[in-house]
Amino acid sequence: MGIALAAAPAQRKLARDEWIARVAVVALALWLLVAVALPLWALLSKSFQNRDGVFVGLLNYATYFSSPALFSSFWNSIMVAVIATTITLPGAFVYAYALTRSSMKAKGLFTALAQIPILAPSLLPAIALIYLFGNQGLLRSFLFGQSIYGPLGIVIAEAFYTFPHALLILVTALNTSDARLYESAAALGAWPRRIFFTVTLPGARYGILSAALVVFTLVMTDFGAPKVIGGRFNVLATDVYKQVVGQQNFQIGAVVAMMLLFPAILSFAAERFVRRKQMAQLTAQAVPLVPKPNRQSDWFFFGVCTLIIIPIVGILLTAAWASFIRFWPYNLTMGLGNYNFSRFETAGWLPYWNSLRMAGWTALIGTALIFGGAYLLEKTKGLPFVRSIVQLFAMLPLAVPGLVLGISYIFFFNHPANPLVFLYGTLAILVINTIAHFYTVSHLTATTALKQLDNEFEAVSASLHAPFYRTFWKVTVPVCLPAILDIAVYMFVNAMTTVSAVIFLWVPSTRVASIAVVYMDDAGWQGAAAAMAMMIVYTSATLKLVHVLVARILDRRTQAWRRR
Amino acid sequence: MQGFGVFRVEYPANAQTEVERFFKGGGWSMPRRLTTGVLIRWAAVLSVVALVAGLAGEVNAQVTRLTVYTAMENDQLGPYKAAFEADNPGIVIDWVRDSTGVIGARFLAERDNPRADVVWGLAVTQLLRAEEFNLLHPYTPRGADALKPAFRDSKTPMTWTGMDAFLSVICYNTVEAKKRGLRAPFSWLDLLNPAYKGRIVMPNPASSGTGYLTVAAWLQIFGEEKGWAFMDKLHENIGVYLHSGTAPCVRAAQGEYAMGIGFDARGALLKQQGFPIEVIIPKEGAGWDMEASAIVRGTRNLAAAQRLIDWTVTRKANELYNTWYAVVAYPGLSNVPPFYPPNAEKAMVKNDFAWMAKNYTRILQEWTRRYDTRSAPR
Repeated sequence: MGIALAAAPAQRKLARDEWIARVAVVALALWLLVAVALPLWALLSKSFQNRDGVFVGLLNYATYFSSPALFSSFWNSIMVAVIATTITLPGAFVYAYALTRSSMKAKGLFTALAQIPILAPSLLPAIALIYLFGNQGLLRSFLFGQSIYGPLGIVIAEAFYTFPHALLILVTALNTSDARLYESAAALGAWPRRIFFTVTLPGARYGILSAALVVFTLVMTDFGAPKVIGGRFNVLATDVYKQVVGQQNFQIGAVVAMMLLFPAILSFAAERFVRRKQMAQLTAQAVPLVPKPNRQSDWFFFGVCTLIIIPIVGILLTAAWASFIRFWPYNLTMGLGNYNFSRFETAGWLPYWNSLRMAGWTALIGTALIFGGAYLLEKTKGLPFVRSIVQLFAMLPLAVPGLVLGISYIFFFNHPANPLVFLYGTLAILVINTIAHFYTVSHLTATTALKQLDNEFEAVSASLHAPFYRTFWKVTVPVCLPAILDIAVYMFVNAMTTVSAVIFLWVPSTRVASIAVVYMDDAGWQGAAAAMAMMIVYTSATLKLVHVLVARILDRRTQAWRRR
Repeated sequence: MQGFGVFRVEYPANAQTEVERFFKGGGWSMPRRLTTGVLIRWAAVLSVVALVAGLAGEVNAQVTRLTVYTAMENDQLGPYKAAFEADNPGIVIDWVRDSTGVIGARFLAERDNPRADVVWGLAVTQLLRAEEFNLLHPYTPRGADALKPAFRDSKTPMTWTGMDAFLSVICYNTVEAKKRGLRAPFSWLDLLNPAYKGRIVMPNPASSGTGYLTVAAWLQIFGEEKGWAFMDKLHENIGVYLHSGTAPCVRAAQGEYAMGIGFDARGALLKQQGFPIEVIIPKEGAGWDMEASAIVRGTRNLAAAQRLIDWTVTRKANELYNTWYAVVAYPGLSNVPPFYPPNAEKAMVKNDFAWMAKNYTRILQEWTRRYDTRSAPR
């Protein structure tokens, strides 16, 4: 470094600039190493050790596979995930099709309502389903004697929970179509049905596959819904929890976590592969498709979308209603008793405030870290090897279920030899875990926004001897402000709703709202659990509304240059 | 080193202008339009404020904080904590609460690096298991000799002292029973009635202390072989095994299931709150365990821990326990909480805690093997 810094004055500034960038990239790599890679390594090695930390090869795995109770959960998880995917996907596809290819009314409203599930923890639909279809449920007779506790309840709750995720991917897939193909097809005399099967479906096939894989992984790894409504039906996610929290059997817990990680990684790899193909479809010459009004089909889609959205809104309203009921099921008058959390929960309202703090820090630090990191990767140079490692680590969290990351953190951060052991039991470890868990999507958002900016900015700045961080601060950040805001809101909402990522890491003083929901449900207080879950929804929804408003103002103030 | 010199001379000067330009230049003096610059500055200022406020919030006043592991009910913790802290200013309790089995497992799992100072309110079965691993710090609390002999350790010094007895009972929902034409059970064997199929809930003994004491009581009342045979048949009638000892009575009170095998005090409280339930003690007798307390070996706050344990055996503390439980450790306290089943003390089965502790793992393994597998959900 001495040499670099002692170079000719004209170049010294640049050299220092590069030096800072390199240090920052290395720091980023170290952070990802500590927050993602090393914990996962700790998990992997733990699954090969016995209680005293001695290497025992595949012994834990042998124990696992020879225990029918544990292994059956694997197939249960797969089964539930497959069924939930086959239910969610067609619904989401029709909905996405209506939003992108029809001229039906109230598209904005339909889009907004479909986002509702994102604002709630997956515990919420499960709790609502108990009020609707439980043994005292209002609509119990619709089940014809079937019980909601078990696969049925899980599948319905997961369909609610995963719908917006599938929808988002499918809308993107259907949006990236070339109008010229449709014109050609029509000009060649193809009927709409034929066009649908020969142009639309093939065009969206990668999107469909990608949505299917995402839904499958989400269901496979979700903890909230099966915990509340799984009844006697065990799945992998609840098994990990039982082994680790219930029996403190960390070795078998590690093995089950590996079983959870494996399909998630496979599906992730497949999804990446498919998505790349999707990207390649759209060429620069493509003409965007503008749907033409058609009275009949527009009303048809309006009707179908209404049918799809009613259960989604209904589930949310049920949870809201349940949170106000005084004395379920014998006195249905409304009151605020369930919101008096100290009646049900040692810490009273503390978990809610903890959630706000945790989500606030996650949004603040996470956004700075992720956007800054993406900028370093996109716009600076040097250390290609470290960069490729950072790139890999940044993608990894998407494949790692929250429960798996959580249990890895126990192994890594609670190891007596780890100098970071002081973090264990603090709010900081929840923040670190949550940032790591939701790193990838935010990283991709940031990268996409940065790619839209011409690298000329950096080149010009360099020729003006302006260091890259000044360009970053004066040009990049203002221009990318909408994307930065998106990331911050995404981080905040996910930090509010996540259960799986934090269930292993909280201590009494850092108990968060979603954990309080789990515990109140465990004690049988569904009303209070619904109330706490609704507090999460109210908060995320408020933030989301503020976000929409601010984004609108920002768009007017800072994005005028995009329009001509 | 020379490089560092250049670095050091140049950097502050440059950095200062950077900061100056950023904070003083342009934006502030411009008309207060909502520009990006203003927004960013706001964000920066707000973050600093939040950071400082956040850090300030983390700093606590000088008190001794005791980490207390417990399986007591959530609604008990507040009053217990308040009463102790009022008598002992300068000591603050941080509860770590979960169901008995979970806290017990956690306590054992952390044996190389214990994180608790005191255990207050955990089934004595679990404390005896912990004692085997030498996890308890022997200490005879001041005034412990006054406790009923059954409610204290017979060794000197004692490793644990008892608080109260909690029983497993049947919480029976009268409204649901009427609706479905069910008859109330009076004995454990009555629970095998096929009409109850899918309508009974009980706690999972692996996580719940009430669950374990119930299973252990059946094995002691009926004998091992008949006990398991009883549970095999009962399994047919169980709707679901729940995580905690509270949940079965709550779920039965809400009519989600017709009856729940749960612990006594919760049943009485729910009845007091107006839920339509009867709290039934089966005629073969009720299984029970004792809530007990101990100091954790290796605590860094031994003096404060001793003060807490001293307090837990006082008459005052026992009066508090007595508002929940009819049978407490301190002699002469005989309050019967509202709606608590009468004659509970007589109905308690003869219980061998040493046997319960020694066979804990074996019984749970057997239970899990038989009933925790995938079975058709109901």
